[in-house]
Amino acid sequence: MRFRLAVVTTRAVNATSRRLGRGQGTVAGGRSGLKVDPNLLQHLTAGRAVALVTGTNGKTTTTRLLAAALAAGGDRVVSNETGSNMPPGHVAALAGDRAAPRAVLEVDEIYLPRVLAATKPTTVVLLNLSRDQLDRTNEVRMVAGTWRAALAAAPHVTVVANADDPLVVWSAGAAANVRWVAAGMGWQLDAVGCPSCQGRIGFDEDGSWACVTGCGFARPEPAATLTATDHGTTFHGVWADGRSHPLTLALPGRFNHANALMAAVAAETQGIDVADGLAAMAAISDVAGRFTIRHVGGVRTRLMLAKNPAGWSELLDLVGGDDGPVVVSINARTADGADPSWLWDVPFERLANRVVVATGDRCRDLSVRLHYAGVSHVMEADPVEAVRVAGHDGDDAVDGIGNYTVDAIGNYTAFGDLLGAKG
Amino acid sequence: MTALRVVVVYPDLLGTYGDGGNGLILARRAAWRGIEVELTQAPSDAALPDADIYCLGGGEDGPQVRAARSLIDDKTLARRAADGAVVLAVCAGYQIAGKSFPAADGEPHEGVGLLDIATTKGVGARAVGEVVADATGLALPPLTGFENHGGRTALAPETIPLATVTAGIGNGDGSGTEGAVADRIVGTYLHGPVLARNPVLADLLLSWALDVEELAPLDDSAAMALREERLGTIGGARGGWRRRSPNKTR
Repeated sequence: MRFRLAVVTTRAVNATSRRLGRGQGTVAGGRSGLKVDPNLLQHLTAGRAVALVTGTNGKTTTTRLLAAALAAGGDRVVSNETGSNMPPGHVAALAGDRAAPRAVLEVDEIYLPRVLAATKPTTVVLLNLSRDQLDRTNEVRMVAGTWRAALAAAPHVTVVANADDPLVVWSAGAAANVRWVAAGMGWQLDAVGCPSCQGRIGFDEDGSWACVTGCGFARPEPAATLTATDHGTTFHGVWADGRSHPLTLALPGRFNHANALMAAVAAETQGIDVADGLAAMAAISDVAGRFTIRHVGGVRTRLMLAKNPAGWSELLDLVGGDDGPVVVSINARTADGADPSWLWDVPFERLANRVVVATGDRCRDLSVRLHYAGVSHVMEADPVEAVRVAGHDGDDAVDGIGNYTVDAIGNYTAFGDLLGAKG
Repeated sequence: MTALRVVVVYPDLLGTYGDGGNGLILARRAAWRGIEVELTQAPSDAALPDADIYCLGGGEDGPQVRAARSLIDDKTLARRAADGAVVLAVCAGYQIAGKSFPAADGEPHEGVGLLDIATTKGVGARAVGEVVADATGLALPPLTGFENHGGRTALAPETIPLATVTAGIGNGDGSGTEGAVADRIVGTYLHGPVLARNPVLADLLLSWALDVEELAPLDDSAAMALREERLGTIGGARGGWRRRSPNKTR
């Protein structure tokens, strides 16, 4: 009775919230439902095949790719596609489709133990773990410790884990069933201290690693490996049993191909043929607005999201080949983390010689960082105006030839502001 | 004169909170004035090089213990500090520079002992948020930064605090102070990085290392705009404490 009332409440509040124009209403509805039935998440996932996706970077994209791959098997799939990745968001999505036999949930790193205990998933995907929102998470090692304990207590779960990330390997090391995927790792600075013995991890140039202090902790043998050819423009997934599948995506970047390989292996553990899963992923071109091209303030703009040093590093690699104007937008609201000191870990030096506009709530922090990085820039606190400024400077930069696109990169809420801006 | 040597100590262990920026800032501010400067990122698996300025940053519990052990075994930092090298130690680095600090299990661990301070595990809440402090210890303009630590640091009676907190927690030992100073050793809990938000402190450290009274002025308009925003935003009110898991130490 309580459960049915909770579901009705969740859906009603969601609908009201949407009607009032307060976004998707997912969090409000979910919160109301959980008040009525604190075990609502458990009740809404009972009897479904559940996959959880977590990690510092790539959660939303991988969740979307995995949902597409699982749908290729013919079953309906319910998923929290809006990126509301805490229990209220999970509940809201699940209450919206009670019949779907499969669920794919993006889970905030800190919430994994709780959500794992409530949803009894068949598959858990661990992408990567690095510094992010340190005012909230404090330490990545503490997060890894909670994952490890939670997975050790869940022997029914098959974990799909990135073998290239030592903190992920340590977290998954206590699980009963693990499919290791060599998905690569662009950011090694948070993984130098051995999580097993407090010694030191040594990395080889080919990405393999081991504890050099000698505790025996080392990179496990992967079941599937991401390979890049043609200067990093063509990607394959190569399985240990000899199979090779081309990864053809509408989404750009090495990291998105890594996400796709993780999703393909996860789908495979749920009985989906790899080729079918990958074919379904190829059609995904828009994940909650990331990499979409739209007009902001009348200027053609490619919108991108990067939240932390690891994500920025990958994204600056991606845009590094271009020479068009770049807008960088930084906020430090609750969802971003209150301390933007991490800007000093981002290699902004790569933007030297580009037209750069610094914007967002914390554009002054960014401006100081760019100053010391030797990146000349202008500062404009309003994001839409910043894109306009970049557009005009871009005109000059390309001698009025036009036909270029402004790259606008924001951290979490800054990206949301750009995405919600009027065209 | 040979090049001014700036070393960022163990960025692989003490590089979690962006404090490596302090080394970059010192090096740039020297270079912009035509001073020959050499910036080195010194990893924890090699001998610490001799330097004129050492920068230590924040890090996690396990790596902090490892960094302290390596610095004690290596001996270079203590030797160079005794010879008059400048040390800027932040957060976990500040605690390491003291006599003792709590390891991950809460047990006291030996520090390098450059500052006569001792850090213990705080009870309950972690200090997380913006800090404003009057730099009474060094006669500088107000300091601004962001703190994120669970340790409580007590200064020996003869140790001079870096500053008096007007917003935030700082040392958190009930004295209302933040950081510590001894000769050319400066310890602080402030991230931001601290030298990005407080360029006058950066120049003070440079003037110590170069043995000069004054340095040519630089264009600090970007940093001044940031200071104005931070000092203006915070005033007396601050985000306040946030509830943390009680077993945290930093």
